[in-house]
Amino acid sequence: MKIAVCIKRVPDSETRVKIASDGKSLDEAGVKFILNPYDEFAVEEALRLKERAGAGEVVAVALGPSAAQETIRTTLAMGVDRGILLQTDRLPADGLEAAKALAAELAPGGYDLLLFGKMAIDDYNQQVGPMVAELLGLPCVTSVAHLEIAGARGVAEREIEGGVEVVEFPLPAVLSTDKGLNEPRYPALKGIMAAKKKPLEVKAAALGGGALEIVALLPPPERQPAKIVGEGAAAVPELVRLLREEAKVL
Amino acid sequence: MSDVLAVLEQRHGAVRKVSHEVVTGARRLADALGGDVEALVLAAGAVQGVERLGAFGADTVRTLTNAGFALYAPEGYTQVIAERVQAGRYGAVVFAASATGKDLAPRVAARLGRPLAQDVMDVGVEAGAVVVVRPVFAGKALLKLRVGGSPAVISLRPNVFTPVERPRAGIQESAAVAGSAGRVVTKEIKAAEAGTLDVGEAPIVVSGGRGLKEPANFKVLEALAAAFGGQAAVGASRAVVDAGWRPHADQVGQTGKTVSPTLYVAVGISGAIQHLAGMRTSKVIVAINKDKDAPIFKVADYGIVGDLFEVVPRLIDEIKKLHG
Repeated sequence: MKIAVCIKRVPDSETRVKIASDGKSLDEAGVKFILNPYDEFAVEEALRLKERAGAGEVVAVALGPSAAQETIRTTLAMGVDRGILLQTDRLPADGLEAAKALAAELAPGGYDLLLFGKMAIDDYNQQVGPMVAELLGLPCVTSVAHLEIAGARGVAEREIEGGVEVVEFPLPAVLSTDKGLNEPRYPALKGIMAAKKKPLEVKAAALGGGALEIVALLPPPERQPAKIVGEGAAAVPELVRLLREEAKVL
Repeated sequence: MSDVLAVLEQRHGAVRKVSHEVVTGARRLADALGGDVEALVLAAGAVQGVERLGAFGADTVRTLTNAGFALYAPEGYTQVIAERVQAGRYGAVVFAASATGKDLAPRVAARLGRPLAQDVMDVGVEAGAVVVVRPVFAGKALLKLRVGGSPAVISLRPNVFTPVERPRAGIQESAAVAGSAGRVVTKEIKAAEAGTLDVGEAPIVVSGGRGLKEPANFKVLEALAAAFGGQAAVGASRAVVDAGWRPHADQVGQTGKTVSPTLYVAVGISGAIQHLAGMRTSKVIVAINKDKDAPIFKVADYGIVGDLFEVVPRLIDEIKKLHG
């Protein structure tokens, strides 16, 4: 089984967002970058599928800056066989451009599965996986929280509001992974040593500018610190009065 | 003139409530663009609730039926919607940023060769171009984008576009559409417990964290949610989801759901930055916490410092009185 996992280098979820002087981007000074958490589930699932099949190859593909090589090395340390970096200094806001660049790389690869995290925790675009599927004419299931593959068919479960959809699909296919699918492994020391010797190919990404223009990156509206209504259960009637009469939400 | 296509959702043959928000957002855009709102719903047969969509601003409501469209059929839906868009002259195509909308919108956008703005919180028209605001970094910042060309393809974040009654004709049409529902087939929906609201869509969210001390104590939050009379869902912090106390579907935060309910009640949640990111766009936030210095009080509107096991039962009583 040959599987591609598309991964992204993103700021750590504990990052305090500081807006750069251009007013349109994140000030990256002092920011720690990590493998996108949802992509960890995709990497883990790919490794498990390959292990279960007893043969195959797992390839990590990233679109991003030169420093994303480290992110790819993290997946190689987890057990991915090789990596490809489509290098670019700036990703456009338009996710379709990212999808086109990835689709061009993935199309000739002969993959049985293309896995993505369900979204990146930086741009929250939540679209590149299904767009790649559409561009390549492949079946796709997003936000997969449970997966079974038997031969050339799969059954996936995905959370929807108030329930779970059970979805059947044929391979080859594109899947995006959600939390709950598996418990991603930590790279072992042996894996980290081995990762240094695994192949990592760097190519220039063919990226268009896209049709979404960033007007501004803005701080969220300020919230004033809470009005402390009181201490203990005795404060509850006053809280309820405020919610009714001042906030008007009850 | 440019019309707006509002893509609605049905479940079990009834229009979903989030679709009222989609029509409301589409109406706002159509007024700015000087066009009509055409609402589109895909189903296996007649859909309950389409007659009410005129009230929220739909000029026409078109139901397109196919035997394979009872449940979500991603490929068939994509085909039908893309064909509809290509047959008209739309300035915008609007989805809900629901589980279905977030899956469907990227496919339709890619089919049309158009960019997609997901999870939009505000939308307008400036100098003839559609402009949107959407959260990034889980709400730690907002990104304002201008969409070049048309149609603009967007999905609207649930609970942000409060349905407003702006009556239009709401002319109803229905037609059968031929064609395959596609290779990806939704076999069934395994429903959560009856009456359970999703944290991403509930108008009131009552969330618990480590302060609850043990999983069984979430009963008290379930009772509080129930006191709100079917309006509330129970959410959870990452800490308690990672500990296996609550399912991931309930997690609010950067690696869970980003929610914008009318009322968010944080119980025993200290307020880690990644949690605040997921709920700070709520309209009103109430925090109940033992520790008066907990960061949650910095984003909350109202706070009670105290033992949640005393405060919450009293709150349940008071809310019940209100609904009594």
